[in-house]
Amino acid sequence: MSAFILKLMPIAMMAAAVPVGLSIQAASSHRQSHVAAMTVSLLPGSIIYPMPGEYLRGGRPQANPKVERQLNGPLEIMTYQVSAADYADCVSAGACRPAEETRSIPRDAPATGVSYLDAVAYARWYSDVTGSLWRLPSDEEWAFAAAERFAGEFEGVENDANNPARRWLTSYQAELDLNRKPDPLPRSRGSFGVNSRGLADFSGNVWEWTSTCYVRTTLAEDGSGVASSVDNCGVHVLEGLHRAYMSNFVSDGKSGGCAVGLPPDNLGFRLVRDRPGWASDLLSHLGMI
Amino acid sequence: MITRREALFGAALGAAAVAALPALSATVTKAEIRGLPREKITLVAPPFVHPHDQIAKSGPKIVEFTMTIEEKPVVIDADGAKLNAMTYNGSIPGPLMVVHQDDYLELTLINPDTNSLAHNIDFHAATGGLGGGGLTLINPGEQVTLRFKATRTGTFVYHCAPGGAMIPWHVVSGMNGAVMVLPRDGLRNDKGKPVKYDKMFYIGESDFYIPRDEKGNFKSYESAGDGYDDTVKVMRGLIPTHVVFNGKVGSLTGDNAMKSKVGETVLIVHSQANRDTRPHLIGGHGDYVWELGKFANPPAKDLETWFIRGGSAGAALYTFLQPGVYAYVNHNLIEAVELGATAHFKVEGDWNDDLMTQVEAPKPIAIN
Repeated sequence: MSAFILKLMPIAMMAAAVPVGLSIQAASSHRQSHVAAMTVSLLPGSIIYPMPGEYLRGGRPQANPKVERQLNGPLEIMTYQVSAADYADCVSAGACRPAEETRSIPRDAPATGVSYLDAVAYARWYSDVTGSLWRLPSDEEWAFAAAERFAGEFEGVENDANNPARRWLTSYQAELDLNRKPDPLPRSRGSFGVNSRGLADFSGNVWEWTSTCYVRTTLAEDGSGVASSVDNCGVHVLEGLHRAYMSNFVSDGKSGGCAVGLPPDNLGFRLVRDRPGWASDLLSHLGMI
Repeated sequence: MITRREALFGAALGAAAVAALPALSATVTKAEIRGLPREKITLVAPPFVHPHDQIAKSGPKIVEFTMTIEEKPVVIDADGAKLNAMTYNGSIPGPLMVVHQDDYLELTLINPDTNSLAHNIDFHAATGGLGGGGLTLINPGEQVTLRFKATRTGTFVYHCAPGGAMIPWHVVSGMNGAVMVLPRDGLRNDKGKPVKYDKMFYIGESDFYIPRDEKGNFKSYESAGDGYDDTVKVMRGLIPTHVVFNGKVGSLTGDNAMKSKVGETVLIVHSQANRDTRPHLIGGHGDYVWELGKFANPPAKDLETWFIRGGSAGAALYTFLQPGVYAYVNHNLIEAVELGATAHFKVEGDWNDDLMTQVEAPKPIAIN
C-alpha cells in the first residue's frame, strides 16, 4: 500500500487545487436559497490505481490490475463529506429516508448510516435545490481526489495456484497489519485533516459510496486484456481506509460486512458536480446563453 | 446407626464400618486427604488453558487454584457498548480448570475490598452444598477456600450464585467458567480407543443484556448496581443485546484468532452458563463430540453442529484437514453475525485438492 502511495505522489502534485466554493454559491444563488456545499475543482490529470472488483485469470484470482486513467475534464468535488445537517434537510424535505444513525454526533459531522440508495436520493434532491447536476464520484474519481489518502487494495495478498488458502490467510493478515482499532463515532468535519488537494476527511472513520458497480472480470490468458466481465450493480464500491463492496441497501458497515476482521466504521458520501451543468449554470448566470 | 456425616468425617470409625456402606466405599478419610500430594496451578485466561497431563502420571492429588474476583467495566463491542462486568480472575469466561477424576479441586476465592458486591461459586462438577455456593459466599474484603472431589469426568460449568435475583444477574454479567475433569487414563473415542489432542481452546459463550436509551443507544452506568434495575428489565425479555465468545465481540478474531495447522488435533471446550447454543465450525466438523460434555458417555462422531444446553459445557475434538481461515460460530447465524458469536481459526498447511477443488472459476453463464 505504501509503495503505491509513493508512486501516486508526483501525480497528486501535478494537479492544482482550485477552491471554487464561493463562486459556485454565487452562481446558483439566483435559483435556490440553499447554500451550495464548498467544493474544490481539480484540474485534469491522470492516476495509476488498482481497479476495483475481482479479477481472475486461468480460473485463479489475480491482484487487481493497476491502470493509468486520464481524467479529461476538471473534477469539482465537495471539500467535505455531506454533513448530517445537510442530509437532515433532505429528510425534512421528504426527499430522503432518515439516516440509520441514532447516536449523538455533531451537526457538522458527516451524514452516516446512509446506504447507496440514500446517497443517490440525496444527490437527486440536492441537484434539484441547487439547480446543478450532483452525483456520486466514480471509484477512479474518488481515488484521484483522495490522492495520497487513497488506499485501495490490500498489499501482500498471495495468489498461490496450488493453495487457495494462502490468499485467505494473507489477506486476513494484511487487514490485521493495518493495525487499526474500531473508531465508531463520526466527528466534526475537518477532524481527519486535509489532503494535498485541499480536500478534507478522506479515509477517516467514514467510508464513502462511489457510483462504481462491483465487477468480476476474467482476464485473457495471454494477458491481452479482458476476456469477459460481469457487473453486479446491486453492489457498489466504497472507498476509505481500505476498499469495500456493499449491497446498495446497506447503511451499516458492520453488518454489511466486506471483510472478516475490519468492517467500515461508518458509511457516508460526498458528491461531485458535473461540469456541463456547472459551466452552463455559470454561463447562464453571466447572461451568456 | 451411622450418619453420612460420620462416615465422611468420622476418622475414629473403623475401616470395616465404612466398608459396610457400599455407596461410600470410595470415601477417603480426612487424614488420607491431608496426606495427598498437592499441586498448585497458575490459571491462564481463555481461550488458553493451563498446562496439564492428558493421562494422569500418578495417583489422586489435591489441585490448588486461586481466583480473584474483579468487578470492572468492559467494552463489549466495536461501538463501545459497556458492560459493568463481574469476573472470575478478570476474564469472561473465568479460566478453565483441569483436574483428573478422583483429584480434589481446591479453590481459594478472593473478593477484594475494591469490589462492591458479595460473590460465591457453584461448581456443576461438585456434589452437595449447592455446588459449593452454600460454602463460598464472601463479601468484599473476604476470601474463602473450598475443596471438592472430582468424582465425575467431563466438562462442567461453574458460575456465581449468590441467591435469588442476584444469580442470573451475576451470571450474565460475566461470572461463569468451566472445569474439565479428565479420566485418569485420558480421553477415549466411541470404540474405547485412546484419543489425544495437540492443542486445546476454551470458548465461553455469554449472553449480555445492555439497556438502551429512548433513541436505541446503549446506556452506560457508573457501577453494576446503578444499572441493575434497567438490566433486569432487559433480561426478563430474554432477548440478549449481545451473544459473544470470550467476553466481547471479536475477542477471538483478528490478532486473537486461534491458530492451528493441518494435521493438528484440537479440543474445543464450549460452555454456556445461561442459554442454549449450537457451535459449528464452518468448513470443518466435530470428529468426536461430547455434546453433553461428560466423558463417561461415548462421543458422537462426525457432527456438523453440536448443541450445548444452557448451564453446561461440551467438548469437540477435531483434526484440521485443510488450511484457511475458519469461522467458528453459534449457528444461530443471527447471533453469530449480528450479535457477535463468531471466532476464527487461522490454519496453515497444504491444500488438499482431493477434498475440495474449484473445477471452474466464476464466469458468465454459458449461452448455447
